[in-house]
Amino acid sequence: MKMPSLRDVGTEAKLLLIGIPVFLWSVIPVYHMVLFAISPKDSAFQGNLWPDHPTTRNFETVFRQQHHYLDHFWEQMLNSTIIAVSTGLLTLIVATFAAFAISRLKVKGGKTVMNLALFTYFIPAAFLAVPMYRTMGLYGLLNHQSALILAMVTLASPYAIWVFKQASDKLPQELDEAAYIDGASPLQLFRLVYIPLMLPSLVAVGIYALLLAWNEYLYAFLLLSKDSDVTLGVGLGNFLSADDSPWELLMATGLVYALPPAAIYYTFRKYMVSGLTAGATKG
Amino acid sequence: MTVAAVDHAPSHADTNTGGTGRTDAQTWGLLMILPYILIFLIFVLYPVLYGFWIARNPQSYVKLSSDPIFWGTIRNTLIFVIVAINVKMVIALVLSGFFTAERRWVKALSVLFILPWALPSIPTILSWRFMLNPEWGIINQQIFRLTGKDGPNWLNDPSLALGFSMLVHVWKSLPFWTLILLSGRLAISKDLYEAASVDGANGWHLFRHITWPSMQQLYLTCLILSMIWTLGDFNSVYLLTGGGPADLTHVLATLGVRYLRYDQVDQSMAAIVCALPLVLPLVYILMRRLGSNASEKA
Repeated sequence: MKMPSLRDVGTEAKLLLIGIPVFLWSVIPVYHMVLFAISPKDSAFQGNLWPDHPTTRNFETVFRQQHHYLDHFWEQMLNSTIIAVSTGLLTLIVATFAAFAISRLKVKGGKTVMNLALFTYFIPAAFLAVPMYRTMGLYGLLNHQSALILAMVTLASPYAIWVFKQASDKLPQELDEAAYIDGASPLQLFRLVYIPLMLPSLVAVGIYALLLAWNEYLYAFLLLSKDSDVTLGVGLGNFLSADDSPWELLMATGLVYALPPAAIYYTFRKYMVSGLTAGATKG
Repeated sequence: MTVAAVDHAPSHADTNTGGTGRTDAQTWGLLMILPYILIFLIFVLYPVLYGFWIARNPQSYVKLSSDPIFWGTIRNTLIFVIVAINVKMVIALVLSGFFTAERRWVKALSVLFILPWALPSIPTILSWRFMLNPEWGIINQQIFRLTGKDGPNWLNDPSLALGFSMLVHVWKSLPFWTLILLSGRLAISKDLYEAASVDGANGWHLFRHITWPSMQQLYLTCLILSMIWTLGDFNSVYLLTGGGPADLTHVLATLGVRYLRYDQVDQSMAAIVCALPLVLPLVYILMRRLGSNASEKA
């Protein structure tokens, strides 16, 4: 008898009852973005749920910078890339060093530093934005991209150090002793033993910091102001400055902006999920 | 003789390298932790102290509390944190159960379900904003097609606008918390469920007596963490409503920036200081929870 029992049908129906709303809920705003991006201006504004003539015209306009909102599209794309990559690399350097010093070298006061970092991680970033904005002004860094990079490293490091420390504490202490007996210096231990063993965490944290910087809005729009200096994210926000914004171009630009982080996220999803759960749910 | 010498030599070398290794380790440790300490001092501690110094004048708080927007903002912030977070976490708890179902289509759906979290929030929140536009937005266009009447001006009503900000917040962060709770559920042994099912327990019993007791601590930690982070959710409000209409949908995270834009730095800082009685107790509880968990495991 291959007939499904009444009970099976019931379970399946219950699953679908949740699954269908979940599908619509997750996809509709994204579909709406795609719909506008591939619709000629009039079609989307008339409320068509699918354009009669899908077009790539909007993307061409974006890539050729043929609208005054898009005058700096490529520059802003480059800015976003530079800032995200620099944040990722710097965070990795700062955080692996700190975690190694705390977890393996047992540096004095390491525990206090870890607690301070953790505390910083829990304080909402938006509350640090205004004081940070003022002090960046005092330091003379305002409107320099280095200000945004340093701010993002500041925000990303605490979590990065925490994840590294958790992973690092799991490595057996005998490794270090063996390395020292063989005459290795702490730096060699770091380079030859620690870093190779920490590779999965390095990937997860590097991507975390990179995406954090790429996706940031508040700090980017506070710390940078010139249209040619800002990130693409702030460029998108600037579309809102007028009521007659070209939505189809905004949505096309938004898709181009959203694609790289989404691709990175989905490629490294396995690392991200395990990295995040290791960090965020200890306990 | 030779044996003794051979025996002796390595142990001697051992203590030697061990000794220098340890002092070496402290020097190197200090050097390696220094970059983060500098970052912390320059970009966290100094700005925070500077912020408190700016906000030291009691007059700024008097000005702040006489601003009618301020009390509305406190109310909005509390509603946001209490309503949105609890709704979100309960849904996340239910959905984490849904995603344990072993079906191919459920696995496929989980990939799509992560989309709101994987995509940057700026374009997706703007997409929501356009969907809700009273004239050209797709929602009101469909309402007009179906009923021939104009739909409501969604974001022009303060309560609705705040509601939609919360909705957008839930939309964006639900996948993250669902994944976290899912990992908690997957850590529970399946044998427990099978044994209970054999004894005739129904779905509710399984949840009540197996799932919930093992997830309770995780759920509470997530709830507190999510509350703290939501206090700092700037994007869901700023990009959707801009605090409008008439500055009635601000939360503390956007209010500080609003004052900054009007060059009222002291009030901006004062508004942030006012958030501390909400933030610090939660952070304290969280750090204690994580600390005690860590020592339990050790």
